[in-house]
Amino acid sequence: MKFIKIDKESWAKGLERLDDSFRLFGPVKQDKFHNFKELDKGELPDLSLLNTRLSPKSVVYPQSEVMFEYTLDENKEDHHILKEIDKDYSPRAVIGIRPCDAKAFLVVKPNFDAPEYKDPYWIKSYEATTFVGYACDTPCSTCFCTPAGCGPFHEEGLDLLLVDTNDHYLIKVITEKGENFLSAAGWGAEVDADAASDQIETMRHTAEAKITSRVSTDELKDKNITDLFEASFWEEAAFACINCGTCTYACPTCWCFDIQDETYGYYGIRMRNWDSCMYPLFTLHGSGHNPRDTKIQRVRQRFMHKLKYYVDKYENGIQCVGCGRCIRLCPVNIDIRRVCELMNSYGG
Amino acid sequence: MEVDDFILIEQSSMVNSKRGIKVQNPYLPYPVRIDEIITETEDKNLKTFKLVFINPDDEEKFAYKAGQFAELSVAGKGEIPIGIASSPTEKGFLMFTVNKVGLVTSYLHAMKAGDIMGIRGPMGNWYPWDIMEGKNVVIIGGGFAFTTLRSSIVYMLDPANRPKFNELHVIYGARTPGMLLYKDELAEWEKRDDMNMHITVDATDDPDWKYNIGFVPTITDQEAPPGDADTYAIVCGPPIMIKFTQPVLDKLNYSNDHIIMSLEMRMKCGIGICGRCNIGKEFVCKDGPVFTLDQLNMMPKEY
Ligand SMILES: Cc1cc2nc3c(=O)[nH]c(=O)nc-3n(C[C@H](O)[C@H](O)[C@H](O)COP(=O)(O)OP(=O)(O)OC[C@H]3O[C@@H](n4cnc5c(N)ncnc54)[C@H](O)[C@@H]3O)c2cc1C
Ligand code: SF4
Ligand code: SF4
Ligand code: FES
Repeated sequence: MKFIKIDKESWAKGLERLDDSFRLFGPVKQDKFHNFKELDKGELPDLSLLNTRLSPKSVVYPQSEVMFEYTLDENKEDHHILKEIDKDYSPRAVIGIRPCDAKAFLVVKPNFDAPEYKDPYWIKSYEATTFVGYACDTPCSTCFCTPAGCGPFHEEGLDLLLVDTNDHYLIKVITEKGENFLSAAGWGAEVDADAASDQIETMRHTAEAKITSRVSTDELKDKNITDLFEASFWEEAAFACINCGTCTYACPTCWCFDIQDETYGYYGIRMRNWDSCMYPLFTLHGSGHNPRDTKIQRVRQRFMHKLKYYVDKYENGIQCVGCGRCIRLCPVNIDIRRVCELMNSYGG
Repeated sequence: MEVDDFILIEQSSMVNSKRGIKVQNPYLPYPVRIDEIITETEDKNLKTFKLVFINPDDEEKFAYKAGQFAELSVAGKGEIPIGIASSPTEKGFLMFTVNKVGLVTSYLHAMKAGDIMGIRGPMGNWYPWDIMEGKNVVIIGGGFAFTTLRSSIVYMLDPANRPKFNELHVIYGARTPGMLLYKDELAEWEKRDDMNMHITVDATDDPDWKYNIGFVPTITDQEAPPGDADTYAIVCGPPIMIKFTQPVLDKLNYSNDHIIMSLEMRMKCGIGICGRCNIGKEFVCKDGPVFTLDQLNMMPKEY
């Protein structure tokens, strides 16, 4: 295992150098809140925050994404025929992504990269991205990454792990992609691996000890789908929900989208946009019939998808990395940890 | 894996972009031209569209089986999942029968022969043709859900396929004679002696009406053969028909794994990615739309 030390002055210089070969994304403050966005030349990622409001899933899977274009002008030979457009899949890197958010990409991967069907937009963006993770020293009270199968120093989904030791950064090299990124930045001050590894381990233990949320997920896979579906607690669990959809938009592991056409004069695009199972339109049939007509059904769908359907379908744990965004942002304090506990312990 | 399955996967499989090989995009429709539009029903709310591939090679890539569906794509309006009404044995065109309900279907109804649109697919699973080989097949349909059932009947009646199946029974009903789909074909099928055709309407004051009067469940009770290990029922229709046909099939001793149904959910991607059409852990677009009653009984009742 290889470890690199970067003093904080060469951090900015390296990033500047990287600008030539990578599109850099990182957390920056926009208006009141931090979000991940493409960094302007010379702009530094702001690593002072715990985490962004919205997850960085948009780096790979934008909230709105053009899929095709078309012309309705019948004088053009290819009118009404959808055509692929050129997209920028040049190397990009997301700097300062938290380990939970990086693991989230692996959680959604089996959906976009299934054996039978491949989502070309997600896959090409994902492959183009280098994930430079930023270890969490001070997880907050709503974080439950460790019980969710992740952790503040978790490496799954990362190419590099950046650790802040106060006077400098330590970088743990995890993949070849990460290695290439380092050489493009010109960061190469290798340090003694054993010492660095010990130091990071100590920091990891300290950070993990700060995560006090205990959520059990061990029984979920053995429950019967229809039993859980018909469980008595859904009405109470959903009672306060106003179906605002915040939880699903902020979540790094929510992937549902809508497809829409937009026409301007003769020119048009087919695009996809994040959608949410919290909205009644999501499942409304043209006939007027709606299988998820009530909010109880929709809240149940969200939790059943994350904590049961996903678990059974992919055998890849739960569809949640414990980032806590939905808990922090829900206007009525609906807490996935509590619902998970209800599900996990249902029926004894 | 059969050849057709292979084509399905091949078509959507993606080759690593870094090697510079062109990547197949499963969201990209094949361009098609509307060859013919037939108004099917007296209320003019159902029209059949015959579509022809603009690039002849695409027809081969679109190899399908009876029971599958496709996304019809209209530039500027969007896409809709529609059951394939033509049979794989009919070459040179695809056929869809569309009920006018909302944005895309209404626009389609206003289109004309010669117009250009797109099609993605084929999608979903199909009726279990391999399992039903050598067996009796009872097709029970109501209203405009008869589309993939037409595909199935034409497929089974193909001279190359008919010997593969034993008895073929069809029970098909609509509200009135004028609401039946594919009337000419129904009349032809009535005359054949290698199938038992039972057409019915809820009511009619037409003195020349030669066929049954009564709801589909009633006619099923009277005409369907009893259930046994060698008899499969395929049931497609409005929820109310399904609700009252199920007890009749129970009474006739059909076991739940011999009752086959096709479901409908609102859809977008049609390939199990957009997350819209699930019932429990199943995506109706990819894991369905065809399920046995046995399978449905293990899924949440949310459809
Ligand atoms: C597997 C399958 C097979 C079908 N086969 C047929 C058929 O053979 N003939 C037929 O007339 N209809 C069929 N339908 C129903 C048909 O898809 C809808 O009536 C149609 O999508 C309505 O589109 P719209 O734009 O006119 O309605 P709007 O209400 O304006 O809907 C907007 C969009 O929502 C989606 N949507 C709305 N209702 C449905 C629905 N019931 N199912 C799926 N997506 C929906 C579509 O993307 C649609 O464009 C089938 C549905 C499924 C799932
Ligand atoms: S469900 Fe909530 S806690 Fe879990 S990953 Fe999504 S936003 Fe984070
Ligand atoms: S954020 Fe809270 S109120 Fe809003 S949809 Fe989610 S659970 Fe309901
Ligand atoms: S329609 Fe997108 S998942 Fe089924």
